[in-house]
Amino acid sequence: MALLLPAALGLLFLVLPLVGLLARAPWSTLPQRLTEPAVLTALRLSMQTATLATLLCLALGVPLAWLLARVRFPGRRVVRALVTVPLVLPPVVGGVALLLVFGRRGLVGSWLDATFGITLPFTTTAVVLAEAFVAMPFLIIAVEGALRGADTRYEEAAATLGAGRWTTFTHVTLPLVAPGVAAGAVLCWARALGEFGATITFAGNYPGRTQTMPVAVYLALETDLEAAIVLSLILLTVSVVILASLRDRWTGR
Amino acid sequence: MTAAGPLLDAHLVVDRGGFLLDLPLTIGPGEVVALLGPNGAGKTTALRALAGLLPLSAGHLTLAGRELDHPGRRTWTPTEHRPIGVVFQEYLLFPHLSALDNVAFGPRRRGLDRQQARQRAADWLGRMGLTEHARRKPRQLSGGQAQRVALARALAVEPALLLLDEPLAALDARTRLDTRAQLHQHLTAHPGATLLVTHDPLDALVLADRLVIIEDGLVVQAGTAATITAQPRTDYVARLVGLNLYRGRASGQRIRLTDGFGLTTGDRHDGEVFVAFPPSAVALHPGQPDGSPRNTWPATITGVQRHGDNLRIQLTGPIEVAADVTPAAAAQLRLAPGQPVWAAVKAAETRAYPAA
Repeated sequence: MALLLPAALGLLFLVLPLVGLLARAPWSTLPQRLTEPAVLTALRLSMQTATLATLLCLALGVPLAWLLARVRFPGRRVVRALVTVPLVLPPVVGGVALLLVFGRRGLVGSWLDATFGITLPFTTTAVVLAEAFVAMPFLIIAVEGALRGADTRYEEAAATLGAGRWTTFTHVTLPLVAPGVAAGAVLCWARALGEFGATITFAGNYPGRTQTMPVAVYLALETDLEAAIVLSLILLTVSVVILASLRDRWTGR
Repeated sequence: MTAAGPLLDAHLVVDRGGFLLDLPLTIGPGEVVALLGPNGAGKTTALRALAGLLPLSAGHLTLAGRELDHPGRRTWTPTEHRPIGVVFQEYLLFPHLSALDNVAFGPRRRGLDRQQARQRAADWLGRMGLTEHARRKPRQLSGGQAQRVALARALAVEPALLLLDEPLAALDARTRLDTRAQLHQHLTAHPGATLLVTHDPLDALVLADRLVIIEDGLVVQAGTAATITAQPRTDYVARLVGLNLYRGRASGQRIRLTDGFGLTTGDRHDGEVFVAFPPSAVALHPGQPDGSPRNTWPATITGVQRHGDNLRIQLTGPIEVAADVTPAAAAQLRLAPGQPVWAAVKAAETRAYPAA
């Protein structure tokens, strides 16, 4: 009994805000609200940038996860720790850091500007970079775990059949860890979709270009509460769908 | 072995700190050699060294005229470039690929296009009698079917050396019998060299032309099944072939064993010899038997086990010995652990052969 009460309070604390959101939702005007151009633009931008960020994370994160899981090299523990830094770093700090590196006067940014005439901050590309920076650890941790759990003897079997390292990776290892990669990608996508702090710091708030859903929610809060609620409902729905799709993996049994 | 010499010519030396494998090994074209030994003898180490999954510490490995591994000359060929095929103990069929694509995997990697590779795979599955299972995933196959797919996958690359790691160990007794017979056919048809790693003497006797027995990383006996079963030279081999084995010094038909016990045999020798006899040659009596040129001694029963239709009785006394008796005889003698009996072996049923 001594535990039941705080447990119930804890549950209530987690669920009540969501209930509040649903209770205050303007259900009658919801269809019009959802189809407002501003909402659709923010939604489309969020989906696109989150997807691009996930692809970027897959392209860079899967090889990095493979390196951490399969190759012994000095300093591997340090690398693993570095990879997880964005998990605990306040996103706004990440945004500042990105700005300092990719900004016009930044380490890489000044070179990009001078060589290619490319400026990253406050562009859609910046949104993708900010989201990828924050979301990549989720993918790497999931894929590395899957790789560590995979039976390396299949890779030996592939080698005896004439497959080199790359073919073995693409034809045997990746299919074996595909469920882990998929789960990691979904988690990464969800994290990218909800990204706020790094995005608004590094990419700013330009409707149609860098104003993603979470940024739109934050701004709508000051002008139009109902709009903020509608946008929040969309994000809540997406979260629930993702949770359901990962049910067996994360919440089952 | 043909005039062209052995297909595989190797001296496998692998030093794994505390364990040393030192195994000279040659296999001719079409020859099947069984590598037999107790757990931890180094069988798997030898197989992995041949497959290139483990580098040699010393020695050499030449296959089909190509030097694949020679630490002394810094020669090394990685696994994927060796002309080998491996059937792993648990088959390791790729779970995401159909039986057909599993078999086509090797040919595809070795330069055939997709169509040709699949055609070759289909041919091999046909030879294994698995045509109607080609589309199935490994988890939809029975143990025996999976074993044949694994064999087809290894043979489909037409390897110069086929390596089989305990190929029947994962099967139940009934399936093992059928699969062993089929495996025998396919191994006979394989033109390359075959090394069969096993701890099951029956697999070795049925499937192999020649046996190499290792203990603690070293060869203790090698030869055809007939010589090894007739003349075991270590306790492990004797147990493997089901014989009682002792070592002693012969003068004529009389042999003095190392612990002082004397045996009379039918063979005449002088010097260090092994003497062996089957458990079925040992007769048990409640009291000292008389007459006839027999070896008799008092013994105590230490264990009784089923052995086929008979009972195998473990005895201690001047020598440790196993005896086979019928259940009827056992009941009559009231055989039970701790009971004293007399053991008797006819000289004509023992065999002695030089130890050197």
